[in-house]
Amino acid sequence: MKEPKQLSVSAIQNGTVIDHIPAKNLFKVIHILGLDKFDHQITFGTNLESKKLGKKAIIKIADKYFENADINRIALVAPDAKLNIIKDYEVVEKKVVEVPDYITGIAKCMNPKCITNFEQVKTRFRVVSKKNVTLKCLYCEKITDQENMHII
Amino acid sequence: MNNRSLVSIDDFSTEEIISTLDLAEQFEKEPVQKLLEGKVIATLFFEPSTRTRLSFESAINKLGGKIVGFSDASSSSVTKGESLHDTIRMVSSYSDLIVIRHPIEGSARYASEIASVPVINAGDGANQHPTQTMLDLYSIRKTQGTLDNLNIFMVGDLKYGRTVHSLMMAMSRWNTVFNFIAPEELKMPDEFKLYLDNLGLKYYEHSDFNNIISKADIIYMTRVQKERFSDPIDYEKVKNIYVLRNSMLEDTKPTMRILHPLPRVNEISPDVDSNPKAYYFEQALNGVFTRQAIICKLLNIK
Repeated sequence: MKEPKQLSVSAIQNGTVIDHIPAKNLFKVIHILGLDKFDHQITFGTNLESKKLGKKAIIKIADKYFENADINRIALVAPDAKLNIIKDYEVVEKKVVEVPDYITGIAKCMNPKCITNFEQVKTRFRVVSKKNVTLKCLYCEKITDQENMHII
Repeated sequence: MNNRSLVSIDDFSTEEIISTLDLAEQFEKEPVQKLLEGKVIATLFFEPSTRTRLSFESAINKLGGKIVGFSDASSSSVTKGESLHDTIRMVSSYSDLIVIRHPIEGSARYASEIASVPVINAGDGANQHPTQTMLDLYSIRKTQGTLDNLNIFMVGDLKYGRTVHSLMMAMSRWNTVFNFIAPEELKMPDEFKLYLDNLGLKYYEHSDFNNIISKADIIYMTRVQKERFSDPIDYEKVKNIYVLRNSMLEDTKPTMRILHPLPRVNEISPDVDSNPKAYYFEQALNGVFTRQAIICKLLNIK
């Protein structure tokens, strides 16, 4: 017998669906995009089956469309995320996130002697590698690699 | 250069470096020029550094400028818990240019973002010390007549030595051959070698400098510090390998010069001092001219 077609997270009429978020980073994505401060209707599901990621998360935000620069901020925690732009229940556009050239805030500099870990300075990095995301601090000029990356 | 700062040598283009060196040459010929009349320069030394501070203060005095500041953090409001942010805000309203030395890495870049006047980094922890690099470049150009097609030997602590890293990066703007001589524990880090690879510049690594320095145009010596070794026995094994002695200089080029950022401990034997190839004390004097030039460049005076 065929399983009834059912969505784990209910469909939205208009808005943005962010799919293929690693389940463990769902709340980081919510934090980076500031979704916890949104008035829009938001539904999310996590620990969903994914062939690619093992466990994935999905977020649906009603009546909200993001600028590319804003959405690219999640590239550090969800590099494989895919966006579906929904209008009237139809996917009208698909987008992928791109690692930006510069990153402000979001990550912590791993150098304990860096000024950003002493004073209230917003971290700023140049992205030196986009594949295995590697950041160069614009203050102390030291490298922070993916393994040692902490999201603020 | 409009309200520009010098935090890292990379902040200056090659043309700006050359024009700064040219200006320093003018100051060497005529050191006393009252170009800073009526100007106040703040020298903020959050950690003591006698050599660098005196060199800056000498440069400012020769230009007729006035100095405000402190020579270590205990005599500043830092002891009252003031943030660097607030100190810089306050000082930039008192002065026309700020010279800062601070033990925390990145502090000078941060200061340059807050200050309304140009900032010169006089050393931020293990990070950058661009005025040292500028005086090294000046010394190399002055003794060799060029910065192009030189063979530079760097000796000693190539892992932690910020002066060798900055000088290497700066010299990679020209066609330079590098020779790195260091103990295994203190080898040039891979990221710098990768940088040279990407530029297609040649470098060679050695574990001692017997019989290889005859090709050198410049030997840049650094101190091998005992604290860098986790095992004191390792230090004992290598400490005498990286000592330059007068007898080793016989087969070197007549134009070769020995540089050292100073202070020296025992890595250059005192019998080298009287050899005309020893240049480290003149090198220190060049620091005054290059700092005069950097200050004037940043203030758009010359």
